[in-house]
Amino acid sequence: MSKKNESNDDPVTVEVTVYPRPEILDPQGKAIAGALGRLGFDGIADVRAGKSFRLRLEGVSADEALERAEEMADKLLANTVVEDFEVELVDEEAP
Amino acid sequence: MRCGVVTFPGSNCDHDVYHVLKHVLDREVSFLWHDATDLRSCELVVLPGGFAYGDYLRGGALAALSPIMAAVREHAERGGLVLGICNGFQVLCEAELLPGALRRNRDLRFICRDVHVRVERNDLPFTEGYAEGAVLRMPIAHAEGRYFASEQTLDALDDAGQVVFRYVDADGAEATPETNVNGSEQSIAGVCNVGGNVLGMMPHPERCAEDVLGNTDGLALFAGAVGMAAEGLGVAV
Repeated sequence: MSKKNESNDDPVTVEVTVYPRPEILDPQGKAIAGALGRLGFDGIADVRAGKSFRLRLEGVSADEALERAEEMADKLLANTVVEDFEVELVDEEAP
Repeated sequence: MRCGVVTFPGSNCDHDVYHVLKHVLDREVSFLWHDATDLRSCELVVLPGGFAYGDYLRGGALAALSPIMAAVREHAERGGLVLGICNGFQVLCEAELLPGALRRNRDLRFICRDVHVRVERNDLPFTEGYAEGAVLRMPIAHAEGRYFASEQTLDALDDAGQVVFRYVDADGAEATPETNVNGSEQSIAGVCNVGGNVLGMMPHPERCAEDVLGNTDGLALFAGAVGMAAEGLGVAV
Protein backbone atom coordinates (compact mmCIF):
# COMPACT_ATOMS: atom_id res chain seq x y z
CA MET A 1 0.00 0.00 0.00
CA SER A 2 1.46 3.30 -0.98
CA LYS A 3 2.01 5.66 1.83
CA LYS A 4 0.21 8.94 1.28
CA ASN A 5 0.37 12.19 3.03
CA GLU A 6 -2.28 11.97 5.74
CA SER A 7 -4.09 15.01 4.45
CA ASN A 8 -4.46 13.34 1.05
CA ASP A 9 -6.44 10.32 2.23
CA ASP A 10 -9.89 11.85 2.30
CA PRO A 11 -11.44 13.91 -0.46
CA VAL A 12 -11.32 17.63 0.19
CA THR A 13 -14.53 19.57 -0.32
CA VAL A 14 -14.28 22.96 -1.95
CA GLU A 15 -17.08 25.39 -2.64
CA VAL A 16 -16.88 27.68 -5.65
CA THR A 17 -19.30 30.60 -5.57
CA VAL A 18 -19.92 32.56 -8.76
CA TYR A 19 -21.54 36.00 -8.87
CA PRO A 20 -22.24 38.49 -11.64
CA ARG A 21 -19.57 41.19 -11.46
CA PRO A 22 -20.71 44.29 -9.59
CA GLU A 23 -20.67 46.51 -12.68
CA ILE A 24 -22.96 44.12 -14.55
CA LEU A 25 -26.70 44.64 -14.51
CA ASP A 26 -28.21 41.62 -12.73
CA PRO A 27 -31.88 41.66 -13.70
CA GLN A 28 -32.50 38.39 -11.87
CA GLY A 29 -31.14 39.76 -8.61
CA LYS A 30 -33.21 42.90 -9.11
CA ALA A 31 -36.39 40.88 -9.65
CA ILE A 32 -35.67 38.83 -6.51
CA ALA A 33 -35.07 42.02 -4.51
CA GLY A 34 -38.46 43.27 -5.67
CA ALA A 35 -40.16 40.01 -4.64
CA LEU A 36 -38.52 40.08 -1.21
CA GLY A 37 -39.79 43.63 -0.80
CA ARG A 38 -43.31 42.48 -1.64
CA LEU A 39 -43.00 39.84 1.08
CA GLY A 40 -42.41 42.61 3.56
CA PHE A 41 -38.64 42.37 3.92
CA ASP A 42 -37.42 45.94 3.88
CA GLY A 43 -33.99 47.47 3.80
CA ILE A 44 -32.78 45.38 0.89
CA ALA A 45 -30.02 47.42 -0.69
CA ASP A 46 -29.10 44.87 -3.35
CA VAL A 47 -29.44 41.22 -4.33
CA ARG A 48 -26.97 39.50 -6.65
CA ALA A 49 -28.08 36.12 -7.94
CA GLY A 50 -25.19 33.71 -8.40
CA LYS A 51 -24.57 30.01 -8.21
CA SER A 52 -22.34 27.69 -6.26
CA PHE A 53 -20.55 24.43 -6.97
CA ARG A 54 -19.44 21.92 -4.37
CA LEU A 55 -16.45 19.88 -5.53
CA ARG A 56 -15.00 16.85 -3.78
CA LEU A 57 -11.39 16.46 -4.88
CA GLU A 58 -9.32 13.36 -4.26
CA GLY A 59 -5.63 12.86 -3.75
CA VAL A 60 -4.83 16.46 -2.98
CA SER A 61 -4.01 18.53 0.06
CA ALA A 62 -6.32 21.36 1.07
CA ASP A 63 -4.03 23.92 -0.55
CA GLU A 64 -3.80 21.95 -3.77
CA ALA A 65 -7.58 21.52 -3.77
CA LEU A 66 -8.06 25.27 -3.51
CA GLU A 67 -5.58 25.87 -6.28
CA ARG A 68 -7.24 23.35 -8.59
CA ALA A 69 -10.72 24.66 -7.85
CA GLU A 70 -9.50 28.17 -8.62
CA GLU A 71 -8.22 26.99 -11.99
CA MET A 72 -11.50 25.17 -12.73
CA ALA A 73 -13.50 28.26 -11.83
CA ASP A 74 -11.33 30.43 -14.04
CA LYS A 75 -11.51 28.05 -17.01
CA LEU A 76 -15.11 26.86 -16.84
CA LEU A 77 -17.28 27.39 -13.77
CA ALA A 78 -17.23 31.18 -14.11
CA ASN A 79 -17.15 33.31 -17.22
CA THR A 80 -14.78 35.98 -16.01
CA VAL A 81 -15.99 38.45 -18.63
CA VAL A 82 -19.15 38.82 -16.57
CA GLU A 83 -18.65 36.88 -13.33
CA ASP A 84 -16.42 36.88 -10.25
CA PHE A 85 -15.81 33.82 -8.15
CA GLU A 86 -14.70 32.84 -4.66
CA VAL A 87 -13.22 29.53 -3.63
CA GLU A 88 -13.29 28.16 -0.08
CA LEU A 89 -12.79 24.92 1.79
CA VAL A 90 -15.86 23.31 3.29
CA ASP A 91 -15.67 21.27 6.46
CA GLU A 92 -18.24 18.58 5.73
CA GLU A 93 -18.02 17.28 9.29
CA ALA A 94 -19.24 20.60 10.62
CA PRO A 95 -22.85 20.67 11.73
CA MET B 1 -17.58 26.00 -51.70
CA ARG B 2 -18.30 23.22 -49.25
CA CYS B 3 -20.27 24.27 -46.16
CA GLY B 4 -20.64 22.59 -42.78
CA VAL B 5 -23.39 23.02 -40.23
CA VAL B 6 -22.48 21.87 -36.74
CA THR B 7 -25.13 19.94 -34.84
CA PHE B 8 -24.80 20.03 -31.06
CA PRO B 9 -27.19 18.01 -28.91
CA GLY B 10 -30.02 20.57 -28.76
CA SER B 11 -29.30 22.54 -31.95
CA ASN B 12 -32.60 23.30 -33.63
CA CYS B 13 -31.78 25.75 -36.41
CA ASP B 14 -29.25 23.46 -38.08
CA HIS B 15 -31.73 22.23 -40.69
CA ASP B 16 -32.85 25.79 -41.46
CA VAL B 17 -29.25 26.80 -42.20
CA TYR B 18 -28.71 23.60 -44.20
CA HIS B 19 -31.84 24.38 -46.22
CA VAL B 20 -30.72 27.89 -47.11
CA LEU B 21 -27.24 26.79 -48.15
CA LYS B 22 -28.31 23.63 -49.95
CA HIS B 23 -31.69 24.40 -51.49
CA VAL B 24 -31.75 28.18 -51.81
CA LEU B 25 -28.09 28.72 -52.73
CA ASP B 26 -27.39 25.27 -54.20
CA ARG B 27 -24.14 24.71 -52.28
CA GLU B 28 -22.68 21.45 -51.05
CA VAL B 29 -23.47 21.13 -47.33
CA SER B 30 -22.66 18.61 -44.60
CA PHE B 31 -23.87 18.31 -41.06
CA LEU B 32 -20.94 18.12 -38.67
CA TRP B 33 -21.67 16.24 -35.44
CA HIS B 34 -20.46 17.85 -32.20
CA ASP B 35 -18.13 15.00 -31.33
CA ALA B 36 -16.48 14.85 -34.75
CA THR B 37 -12.89 15.96 -34.83
CA ASP B 38 -12.57 17.25 -38.38
CA LEU B 39 -14.52 19.60 -40.59
CA ARG B 40 -14.52 17.39 -43.70
CA SER B 41 -12.87 20.13 -45.79
CA CYS B 42 -15.69 22.60 -45.21
CA GLU B 43 -14.68 26.16 -45.96
CA LEU B 44 -17.64 27.79 -44.24
CA VAL B 45 -18.66 26.44 -40.83
CA VAL B 46 -21.94 27.53 -39.26
CA LEU B 47 -22.76 27.10 -35.58
CA PRO B 48 -26.54 27.25 -35.60
CA GLY B 49 -29.09 28.44 -33.07
CA GLY B 50 -31.02 26.41 -30.57
CA PHE B 51 -29.45 24.94 -27.49
CA ALA B 52 -26.36 22.89 -26.77
CA TYR B 53 -25.83 20.35 -24.01
CA GLY B 54 -28.91 21.76 -22.30
CA ASP B 55 -27.04 25.05 -22.05
CA TYR B 56 -26.11 23.83 -18.58
CA LEU B 57 -23.82 26.14 -16.63
CA ARG B 58 -24.15 28.97 -19.23
CA GLY B 59 -25.39 29.08 -22.80
CA GLY B 60 -22.62 27.67 -24.98
CA ALA B 61 -20.20 26.98 -22.11
CA LEU B 62 -20.11 23.19 -22.48
CA ALA B 63 -20.44 23.26 -26.27
CA ALA B 64 -17.32 25.43 -26.41
CA LEU B 65 -15.38 22.42 -25.09
CA SER B 66 -16.85 19.85 -27.48
CA PRO B 67 -14.45 17.97 -29.82
CA ILE B 68 -15.67 19.73 -32.98
CA MET B 69 -14.76 23.10 -31.47
CA ALA B 70 -11.06 22.26 -31.50
CA ALA B 71 -11.36 21.83 -35.27
CA VAL B 72 -13.45 25.00 -35.56
CA ARG B 73 -10.79 26.90 -33.60
CA GLU B 74 -8.03 25.69 -35.94
CA HIS B 75 -10.15 26.58 -38.96
CA ALA B 76 -10.77 30.07 -37.55
CA GLU B 77 -7.10 30.56 -36.76
CA ARG B 78 -6.23 29.67 -40.35
CA GLY B 79 -8.60 32.41 -41.48
CA GLY B 80 -11.49 30.07 -42.35
CA LEU B 81 -15.03 31.42 -42.25
CA VAL B 82 -17.10 30.73 -39.14
CA LEU B 83 -20.62 32.02 -38.57
CA GLY B 84 -22.34 31.65 -35.19
CA ILE B 85 -26.03 32.43 -34.99
CA CYS B 86 -27.81 32.92 -31.65
CA ASN B 87 -26.68 29.93 -29.54
CA GLY B 88 -23.79 29.62 -32.00
CA PHE B 89 -22.78 33.20 -31.09
CA GLN B 90 -22.86 32.21 -27.41
CA VAL B 91 -20.64 29.21 -28.19
CA LEU B 92 -18.13 31.42 -30.05
CA CYS B 93 -17.95 33.85 -27.10
CA GLU B 94 -17.54 31.02 -24.59
CA ALA B 95 -14.81 29.54 -26.79
CA GLU B 96 -13.16 32.99 -26.77
CA LEU B 97 -13.16 33.07 -30.55
CA LEU B 98 -15.16 36.27 -30.13
CA PRO B 99 -14.89 38.83 -27.33
CA GLY B 100 -17.61 39.51 -24.78
CA ALA B 101 -20.46 37.47 -23.37
CA LEU B 102 -24.21 37.11 -23.80
CA ARG B 103 -26.29 37.60 -20.65
CA ARG B 104 -29.94 37.21 -19.76
CA ASN B 105 -32.06 39.80 -21.56
CA ARG B 106 -32.58 43.02 -19.63
CA ASP B 107 -36.26 42.25 -19.05
CA LEU B 108 -35.63 38.57 -18.24
CA ARG B 109 -37.95 37.48 -21.01
CA PHE B 110 -37.52 35.26 -24.01
CA ILE B 111 -38.02 37.60 -26.97
CA CYS B 112 -39.21 36.26 -30.30
CA ARG B 113 -39.94 38.94 -32.86
CA ASP B 114 -38.56 40.83 -35.82
CA VAL B 115 -36.04 43.56 -35.08
CA HIS B 116 -34.07 45.96 -37.23
CA VAL B 117 -30.31 45.85 -37.41
CA ARG B 118 -27.91 48.15 -39.22
CA VAL B 119 -24.97 46.83 -41.21
CA GLU B 120 -21.99 48.60 -39.65
CA ARG B 121 -19.42 47.35 -42.14
CA ASN B 122 -19.79 45.68 -45.49
CA ASP B 123 -16.22 44.70 -46.21
CA LEU B 124 -16.59 41.22 -44.72
CA PRO B 125 -17.45 38.17 -46.80
CA PHE B 126 -20.63 37.91 -44.71
CA THR B 127 -21.77 41.46 -45.38
CA GLU B 128 -20.39 42.42 -48.76
CA GLY B 129 -23.79 41.81 -50.32
CA TYR B 130 -25.25 44.69 -48.29
CA ALA B 131 -24.79 48.43 -48.56
CA GLU B 132 -22.97 49.95 -45.59
CA GLY B 133 -25.58 51.30 -43.18
CA ALA B 134 -28.30 49.13 -44.72
CA VAL B 135 -31.15 48.46 -42.28
CA LEU B 136 -32.23 44.82 -42.25
CA ARG B 137 -35.28 43.24 -40.69
CA MET B 138 -34.50 39.92 -39.04
CA PRO B 139 -36.13 37.77 -36.37
CA ILE B 140 -34.56 37.25 -32.97
CA ALA B 141 -35.54 34.43 -30.61
CA HIS B 142 -33.52 34.37 -27.42
CA ALA B 143 -33.55 34.77 -23.65
CA GLU B 144 -29.81 35.36 -23.36
CA GLY B 145 -28.75 37.80 -26.01
CA ARG B 146 -27.74 40.87 -24.06
CA TYR B 147 -24.23 41.52 -25.31
CA PHE B 148 -21.77 42.56 -22.66
CA ALA B 149 -18.09 43.38 -22.78
CA SER B 150 -15.90 45.53 -20.54
CA GLU B 151 -15.54 49.19 -21.50
CA GLN B 152 -11.98 48.47 -22.52
CA THR B 153 -13.12 45.66 -24.83
CA LEU B 154 -15.93 47.81 -26.26
CA ASP B 155 -13.40 50.53 -27.08
CA ALA B 156 -11.15 47.97 -28.72
CA LEU B 157 -14.08 46.63 -30.75
CA ASP B 158 -14.86 50.13 -31.92
CA ASP B 159 -11.25 50.86 -32.84
CA ALA B 160 -10.91 47.65 -34.80
CA GLY B 161 -14.34 47.96 -36.43
CA GLN B 162 -15.50 44.65 -35.01
CA VAL B 163 -19.13 45.63 -34.47
CA VAL B 164 -20.92 44.27 -37.53
CA PHE B 165 -24.60 44.69 -36.62
CA ARG B 166 -26.38 47.09 -34.25
CA TYR B 167 -30.01 47.15 -33.16
CA VAL B 168 -31.70 50.21 -34.64
CA ASP B 169 -35.21 51.43 -35.30
CA ALA B 170 -36.80 50.99 -38.71
CA ASP B 171 -35.20 54.26 -39.87
CA GLY B 172 -31.73 53.15 -38.87
CA ALA B 173 -31.45 55.33 -35.75
CA GLU B 174 -29.44 53.61 -33.05
CA ALA B 175 -31.14 52.48 -29.85
CA THR B 176 -29.60 52.82 -26.36
CA PRO B 177 -29.02 50.00 -23.86
CA GLU B 178 -32.22 51.23 -22.17
CA THR B 179 -34.30 51.12 -25.33
CA ASN B 180 -32.78 48.41 -27.48
CA VAL B 181 -34.52 45.08 -27.59
CA ASN B 182 -32.50 43.15 -24.99
CA GLY B 183 -30.27 45.65 -23.20
CA SER B 184 -27.10 44.98 -25.20
CA GLU B 185 -24.15 47.29 -24.66
CA GLN B 186 -23.90 49.80 -27.50
CA SER B 187 -26.88 48.01 -29.08
CA ILE B 188 -24.53 45.34 -30.38
CA ALA B 189 -26.30 42.56 -32.28
CA GLY B 190 -23.27 41.01 -33.98
CA VAL B 191 -19.48 41.17 -33.73
CA CYS B 192 -16.58 39.69 -35.64
CA ASN B 193 -13.02 38.82 -34.69
CA VAL B 194 -10.11 41.07 -35.62
CA GLY B 195 -9.55 39.11 -38.85
CA GLY B 196 -13.20 39.45 -39.87
CA ASN B 197 -13.51 35.73 -40.66
CA VAL B 198 -15.49 34.82 -37.53
CA LEU B 199 -18.92 36.42 -37.11
CA GLY B 200 -21.39 35.98 -34.28
CA MET B 201 -24.88 37.44 -34.29
CA MET B 202 -28.08 37.06 -32.29
CA PRO B 203 -30.60 37.64 -35.15
CA HIS B 204 -31.48 34.69 -37.36
CA PRO B 205 -30.65 35.35 -41.04
CA GLU B 206 -31.63 31.77 -41.93
CA ARG B 207 -35.21 32.56 -40.93
CA CYS B 208 -35.49 35.33 -43.49
CA ALA B 209 -33.69 34.02 -46.54
CA GLU B 210 -36.43 32.90 -48.88
CA ASP B 211 -39.37 34.57 -50.62
CA VAL B 212 -41.84 32.11 -49.18
CA LEU B 213 -40.94 33.37 -45.68
CA GLY B 214 -41.96 36.90 -46.63
CA ASN B 215 -38.51 38.32 -45.93
CA THR B 216 -35.21 37.73 -47.72
CA ASP B 217 -33.05 40.21 -45.78
CA GLY B 218 -30.86 37.38 -44.46
CA LEU B 219 -30.08 35.75 -47.79
CA ALA B 220 -27.25 38.08 -48.83
CA LEU B 221 -25.38 37.13 -45.67
CA PHE B 222 -25.19 33.47 -46.67
CA ALA B 223 -24.65 34.37 -50.32
CA GLY B 224 -21.70 36.55 -49.28
CA ALA B 225 -20.25 33.83 -47.08
CA VAL B 226 -20.25 31.36 -50.00
CA GLY B 227 -18.81 33.87 -52.46
CA MET B 228 -22.05 34.77 -54.24
CA ALA B 229 -22.37 38.35 -52.98
CA ALA B 230 -22.11 39.73 -56.52
CA GLU B 231 -25.37 38.06 -57.46
CA GLY B 232 -27.32 40.51 -55.30
CA LEU B 233 -29.59 37.82 -53.90
CA GLY B 234 -32.29 38.94 -51.49
CA VAL B 235 -31.23 42.56 -51.61
CA ALA B 236 -33.91 45.13 -52.36
CA VAL B 237 -32.90 47.28 -55.31
